[in-house]
Amino acid sequence: MNNLLDDNLIAQVADLHGIPQGAYNIRKNGVGIGRRSTANIEIKQKLDKPGIDIIVKPGTRGESVHIPVIITAEGLEDMVYNTFYIGENSDVLIVAGCGIHNDGNKKSQHDGIHDFIVGKGARVRYVEKHYGEGEGTGERILNPQTLLELQEGARVELEMVQIRGVDSTKRYTKAQVGKNAYLKITEKILTHDQQSAESEMDMELKGEDASIQIISRSIARGKSKQIFYPRLSGLTKCRGHVQCDAIIMDNAMVRAIPEITAYHADAQLIHEAAIGKIAGEQIVKLMTLGLSEKEAEETILKGFLK
Amino acid sequence: MLLELKNIWYSPEETTESVAILKDVSCTLEDDRFYVITGPNGGGKSTLAKIIMGIYKPTSGKIILNGDDITNLSISERAKLGIGYAFQQPPRFKGITVGELLSLARSKKCVGSGCNYLFDVGLCPKDYANREVNSSLSGGELKRIEIATLLSRNCKITVFDEPEAGIDMWSFSKLTDIFEKIHKGRDVTTVVISHQERILKLADEIILMQEGVIKEKGEKIVLLGKIMKGKNNFKKDCLGRVEKNE
Repeated sequence: MNNLLDDNLIAQVADLHGIPQGAYNIRKNGVGIGRRSTANIEIKQKLDKPGIDIIVKPGTRGESVHIPVIITAEGLEDMVYNTFYIGENSDVLIVAGCGIHNDGNKKSQHDGIHDFIVGKGARVRYVEKHYGEGEGTGERILNPQTLLELQEGARVELEMVQIRGVDSTKRYTKAQVGKNAYLKITEKILTHDQQSAESEMDMELKGEDASIQIISRSIARGKSKQIFYPRLSGLTKCRGHVQCDAIIMDNAMVRAIPEITAYHADAQLIHEAAIGKIAGEQIVKLMTLGLSEKEAEETILKGFLK
Repeated sequence: MLLELKNIWYSPEETTESVAILKDVSCTLEDDRFYVITGPNGGGKSTLAKIIMGIYKPTSGKIILNGDDITNLSISERAKLGIGYAFQQPPRFKGITVGELLSLARSKKCVGSGCNYLFDVGLCPKDYANREVNSSLSGGELKRIEIATLLSRNCKITVFDEPEAGIDMWSFSKLTDIFEKIHKGRDVTTVVISHQERILKLADEIILMQEGVIKEKGEKIVLLGKIMKGKNNFKKDCLGRVEKNE
């Protein structure tokens, strides 16, 4: 790693301290600064546009890929296309994430488009953290798109976390889930001050016995604004569950519009959405255990986004 | 610890007319004593418990702990002095596990035997320590966890607000065992709000509350027989039932 600043950003977004085990690709300010392929996982530069192809050989098990992106330059607009080919019956962990440190007054932006083709019977855990920091007035903007195709029997778990410091985010996630395949998306967002976050999803349950679980938890503080728009459609016998749960504080705004559409009599689709402030009795309960009001509030928020 | 309540009056702030829930309540709770507060619903029992914990501030009157005036201390400050309160309806917490809640209560990490308080309330620590205190727990499980949380704190004075409410019969006998154990084993003051005869029988002293006043307070031997025979002075409604204000 280059310096302390980079190390901190990478630790925040990828839980990495030093060079990762396994395959990795580190992108800084729009260029690759480190890459390693392994016997089973090949990472190569795309030739037609910025970005990389990550090719996991069929049957690869217990390996990981780290692809953190960091931006420390102000006024940089970085657009990247990454494609993941996950071979049949493999089982891998992918850690992505983007950290922006912007001390300047011009905006820094990273738009990552991640395309996943997950082969039959493959299992993927994908963790993506977004984080922003810096003293300047320049905005820190992250607009990720995640596009997934789950083939028969594939199991994918996405954990998408926006920790703090991101001024504006527009997130789009699209998935097509095949026969017997299972997709779980956990999205956790915290916004504060004047930030805005939007998350839109288009989920299609295409194959028989496909299932999807979407859990969205968010906290909106200050004058921040959040919009959630998950759309789920069931084309065949399938199961889908969307849950949007938000804690609203101060003068924030949260809008949740879960949408479910069934095209088949055996499609079981459920949506739940709730927005509310922290319950007063929760704070009182923790205070009776000796916590101060502020500590009680922080404990409740930390638990909620854990 | 000696807790004295002196001339406590309490009216909720939100009411425009003066509806006093507690009317000039005075009593002394002594060290190493087991008190059971009983009486009809709406008589002010839970309010008194919340006044002791600091959840409600009395409209007037004083609360003295070991000679120190604690009337203006916050909930957290009272908790640090060793006062504990078990909620009648404990809140749930998304994302916080039973083990984490116990750790918060003990202010140290709950591992191994530290989680044994769960065993005391009839829950297997292995099954429950990592479960979230969310709506997946039944009302009875939540109440037992609440009691375990209080046990883990080693408070000097603990008020249990209707611990038996929502608990099944098997757990109930376990619950009476727990109170017996607390009482025998430790030099603490235990106050239980209850309507159950078996819990009343555990008491050293019984406090009878109705309409915001302490009607009677005295040794169990004297009061219990009287209560069981219905020889108290409760007002009866037109059906001959003890009047409820709720």
